[in-house]
Amino acid sequence: MKTLSRIYTGLILLFLFAPILILIIFSFNGSSSTAVLNGFSFQWYEELFHNSNILEALRNTLLLAVSSALIATVMGTAAAVGIFRLRSKYLRAALDTVTNIPMINPDIITGISLMLMFVFAGRLFGLTNSLNFGTILIAHVTFCLPYVILQVLPKLQQMDKALPEAAMDLGCTHLRAFFKVELPELFPGILTGMIMAFTLSLDDFVISYFTSGPGFQTLPVLIYSMTKKTVKPTIYALATIIFFVILALLTATNLIDSDTNKAMKQARKKKETRKQAAA
Amino acid sequence: MKSKNTVSAQHGFLQRMLLTPYSIWAILFIVVPLFFIAFYAFTDSQMHFTLDNMRKVFTYRTSQDRSMPYYVMVFGRSFKLAVISTLICLLLGYPFAYRIAHASPRVQGVLITVIMIPMWMNFLIRTYAWMVILQDKGILNGGLGLLGLGPIHVIGTETAVIIGMVYDYLPYMILPIYSVMAKMDNRLLEAARDLGCNGFGVLRRVIWPLSLPGVISGVNMVLIPSVSTFYISQKLGGKMKLIGDEIEEKYANFDFNGAAAIAFIMMVLLLVVMALLQHRATKRSVA
Amino acid sequence: MNKIIELKNITKSFDGEVVLDNINLDIYDNEFLTLLGPSGCGKTTTLRIIGGFESADEGDVIFLGERINDVPPYKRNVNTVFQRYALFPHLNVFENVAFPLREKRFPKAEINERVTEMLKLVALGGFENRSVNSLSGGQQQRVAIARALVSKPKVLLLDEPLAALDLKLRKDMQQELKKIQKATGITFVFVTHDQEEALSMSDTVVVMSEGRIQQIGTPVDIYNEPENAFVADFIGESNILDGVMLRDKKVSFAGHVFDCVDSGFAPKEPVDVVVRPEDVDIVPEEKGMLKGVVTSVTFLGVHYEIIVDIDGFKWMIQTTDFWDVDEHIGLYIEPDAIHIMKKSQYSGMFGDYSSFSMELDEIGELEEENLEELGEAAAPESEAVT
Repeated sequence: MKTLSRIYTGLILLFLFAPILILIIFSFNGSSSTAVLNGFSFQWYEELFHNSNILEALRNTLLLAVSSALIATVMGTAAAVGIFRLRSKYLRAALDTVTNIPMINPDIITGISLMLMFVFAGRLFGLTNSLNFGTILIAHVTFCLPYVILQVLPKLQQMDKALPEAAMDLGCTHLRAFFKVELPELFPGILTGMIMAFTLSLDDFVISYFTSGPGFQTLPVLIYSMTKKTVKPTIYALATIIFFVILALLTATNLIDSDTNKAMKQARKKKETRKQAAA
Repeated sequence: MKSKNTVSAQHGFLQRMLLTPYSIWAILFIVVPLFFIAFYAFTDSQMHFTLDNMRKVFTYRTSQDRSMPYYVMVFGRSFKLAVISTLICLLLGYPFAYRIAHASPRVQGVLITVIMIPMWMNFLIRTYAWMVILQDKGILNGGLGLLGLGPIHVIGTETAVIIGMVYDYLPYMILPIYSVMAKMDNRLLEAARDLGCNGFGVLRRVIWPLSLPGVISGVNMVLIPSVSTFYISQKLGGKMKLIGDEIEEKYANFDFNGAAAIAFIMMVLLLVVMALLQHRATKRSVA
Repeated sequence: MNKIIELKNITKSFDGEVVLDNINLDIYDNEFLTLLGPSGCGKTTTLRIIGGFESADEGDVIFLGERINDVPPYKRNVNTVFQRYALFPHLNVFENVAFPLREKRFPKAEINERVTEMLKLVALGGFENRSVNSLSGGQQQRVAIARALVSKPKVLLLDEPLAALDLKLRKDMQQELKKIQKATGITFVFVTHDQEEALSMSDTVVVMSEGRIQQIGTPVDIYNEPENAFVADFIGESNILDGVMLRDKKVSFAGHVFDCVDSGFAPKEPVDVVVRPEDVDIVPEEKGMLKGVVTSVTFLGVHYEIIVDIDGFKWMIQTTDFWDVDEHIGLYIEPDAIHIMKKSQYSGMFGDYSSFSMELDEIGELEEENLEELGEAAAPESEAVT
C-alpha cells in the first residue's frame, strides 16, 4: 500500500514537472530546434536580453501588476472593512454576490464583457482606439479586487470586535483607532491579498488579451503572439527564468514563514531564560 | 427628548466613505459589462435590436457537416472535453489530495508548495511545452522510438486537448479538496471504523460526503476554464475548435456581436450547470 | 458623597426589541457598583451607554453634572476593561499600557514612570517587553486593568472581566480588583452574571432583569431583603411561597400561620414569602410546624442539600445532618427567617424545586455562557440560574 502510494505520488509529480523540466533543458539547446537537443549554449538567454519587445513587455507587465495590486489593495481593504460593518443583510448579500462574479465567471466572459463596454464607450466618445493602458488597468483591478476582499474579510472576522472600541476608549478617534489598531491586525491579510493581486495580474493572459490595446502589450499577450508562429527557444529561456524566480520567491516565503519564525522565537526564549537566570 | 446618535452617525459616515468607491467600481466594471454582453448579443453593428446573432448560433451549418448546426456541435464538443477532463482531474486529484492531507505537516507544506509551482508558471508556456512533447516528431515519439515503439499521433486529437486541460487545471482540483480534507476531524474516521465501517465504507460514507464542498469547488475551478479555454485547443487541438476559439476568432475579426452572442449562451449554460451542481450537492448533504 | 454619573430615564431598543426600559441610576464617587443580572437583562448595554459605545434612544447620561449623551468615548473620562480584555496584539505589554498616554502626547519620561508604576500596581513589574499573546489569562487581565487605569479616569467600567478565568484565579482576581479599587479610589462599575462575585466585591449591587432595575442596595440588603421573587431567586437559593399577610407580623403560607418580623402590609394582602434553605431547622416530624417527606439528598461537602415535599410543594433545605430519602421530617422556621415581599410580575415563576436537578443547573449555566458570547442584546431572557 505504502509503495503504491509512493509510486502514485511520484507519477503525479512527474506529470506536473516533466514539461517544465523539458522547457528548462531545451532553453540551453545549441540549435533552434524544440525537439532535438544539439549541444549546450546560452545563446537564447543572450537573445532574450537583447529582445527589446520582450523587455518592454516585461516592463509593462510589472508596471501593470504593481499599479493594479496597489489600487486593488487600497480599495479592496476599504471595501472589506465597509462590508464587514454593514448592518443591512440584503446589502451585504448583494455585495457578496457581486464580489463573487469575477471569480466564478470564466476569464473570457470577464474579458469580453469589459472589452464590449470599453468599445461602446469609445464609440460614444468617438475614439478610434478605445483600448489602452487605462482599460487594461481597470480590468486588472476589477479581477484582483475580490481576492483582496476575500483575504481581508476573514481577518476582520477573527479580530476581537472590542479592539477598535478599546482604542476609542483610550483616546483614539474612529479614524485613528482604525489606523493604530485595526490596520496592524489586518496587515497579514492585506499583504497576502496584495501579493495575490500582484501575481494574478502578472500571470493573466485571457482578460489582458481582450482589454489591452496594440499600444500596451503585456508579457503573456506577447508570448501568445509569439507562440502563434513557430517558436524559438527564447521563450524557453524566459520560462526558465520565471520558473527559478518563482521557486526562489516561494522558498523564501516558506522560510520566512517557518524557519525564521522558529529561530526568532527560540532566540527570544533563550534571551528570556537568560534574563531570568540573571535575576 | 431624542438624543443625537453621535457614535452611530460617525460610524455611518465612515462606512459610506469606505464602501462607496468599491460599490461604484463593482457596479460599473462588474455588473454593467455583463449587460453589455446581452446588449451586443441582441443588436447588430448599427446597435439596432436583432435576433440574427442568436439565430445564427443555433442554425448555422458548415458545408462539410450539414447533419448538425455548427455552433451546437462546438458547444457539445467543448462541454464533452471539459467534463472528461474534469472527471480525470477528480480521479487523479482526489487520492492525491487525500495523500497530502494525511502526510506529516512538514511533508504537507512541501507537497502543497510543489503543487503550486506549476500554477505560478504562465499557462501559455506550460501548454506550449505539451505541444513540444506531443508533436509527431516530438519528445514523446522520440522516447517511444528508443523503446522500439510508436510513433503515435496525438497532437491535434481530442486526447491531446484533454491532456492539456488536465495538466493545466489539476492543481485547481487538488487544492480545494485538500483544504477540506486537512480540516476533517480524524476522530470521525476512527469513529466510523469503530462503528463497523471497513476501509471502503469509511471512504464512501464519511470521507466522500464530508469532502463534497471541496469537490464541488474543485469541479467548478476545472470545468469553467476548460469549457471556455481557447489557447489549449489552438496549440494541442490542431484545427479542432472550442467555444473559446469561436469567441476569440470573432473578436479578432471585430465581429463583436457574434462574439457576444456565443459568450452570452455560454454564460447562461454555465450558470445552469453550476446551479445544478450546487443543488445536487445540497440535496446530498441533506440526505 | 458626590454623584459621578447619573442615568436618567434611559431607554434603548435594538431592532424594535426593548433592551433598556427607563433606567434610573446614580453612581457615587469612590464606590464599587455592580450591575448584576442574567444574560439579556441589559447590564452590558447600560455599561456601553456609560462608556459611549452606544447611545440611548431616550434619556440622559450625566457626568459630574454635565450631559454627555453626545460625547464620543475618546473624550469621556471613563475607561473600560473589556470582556476578553481587547489587548492590542501587535503591541507589547508596555506599549499596551502606554497607549492612552501616547494618544494624549504625554512626555516620554512621564509615560515611562506612569506605566512602570501601573504595572507594579497590578503585580506585572518586569513584564514590560513581553508580547501580550504570551501571557496567561490572569496576566492579560491585569494588563487590561493597568491600561484602563493609567490615564487616571474618574470611572472604570468592567464588562464581565473575570468570566474567562478559571474558578481559583477568579477568586484571587476578585480580591485584587477590590484592593486596586481601594488603592486608587476610582469608581468601579462592574458587570457580572455571577451573584456570588457581586455580593463579595460590591458596595452597591444593582439587580437587573428584562431591561429594568429590580433592586438597588448593599449586598446584605439584597440578600436579606429581596424586593421581589426575581431578586430572591437570582441571589442565592430561595423557597418562594404564596402567602397571605394576616396582620402585622403574622403570615399564613403552606397551610400554617407563622410569626414573622415584617409589617406594613394591608390585611389579607397576598404576598410572596421567601425562606432561605439554610434558615430552616429540621426537627422530628411531630414537633414540626410543617411536615414533609424527603425526596432527594445531595451531598455537597459542607452540607447536604435535601428536597422535601410538603403538600406537593418542594422545598430546598440545607442541613449538616444526614436524612435519607423517604424519611418523614418536620420543619421549624424562626420568625426572622421569613421574609415577606410584595407580589410582582415574577410571582409564581420561581422558588419551587420540583424540577430541580444539579445537571440541569449546569446545562443552564453553559447555555448562559454561550448566550453571553452571542451578545447580550440578542440573547433571549433565560431562566435565572445561579
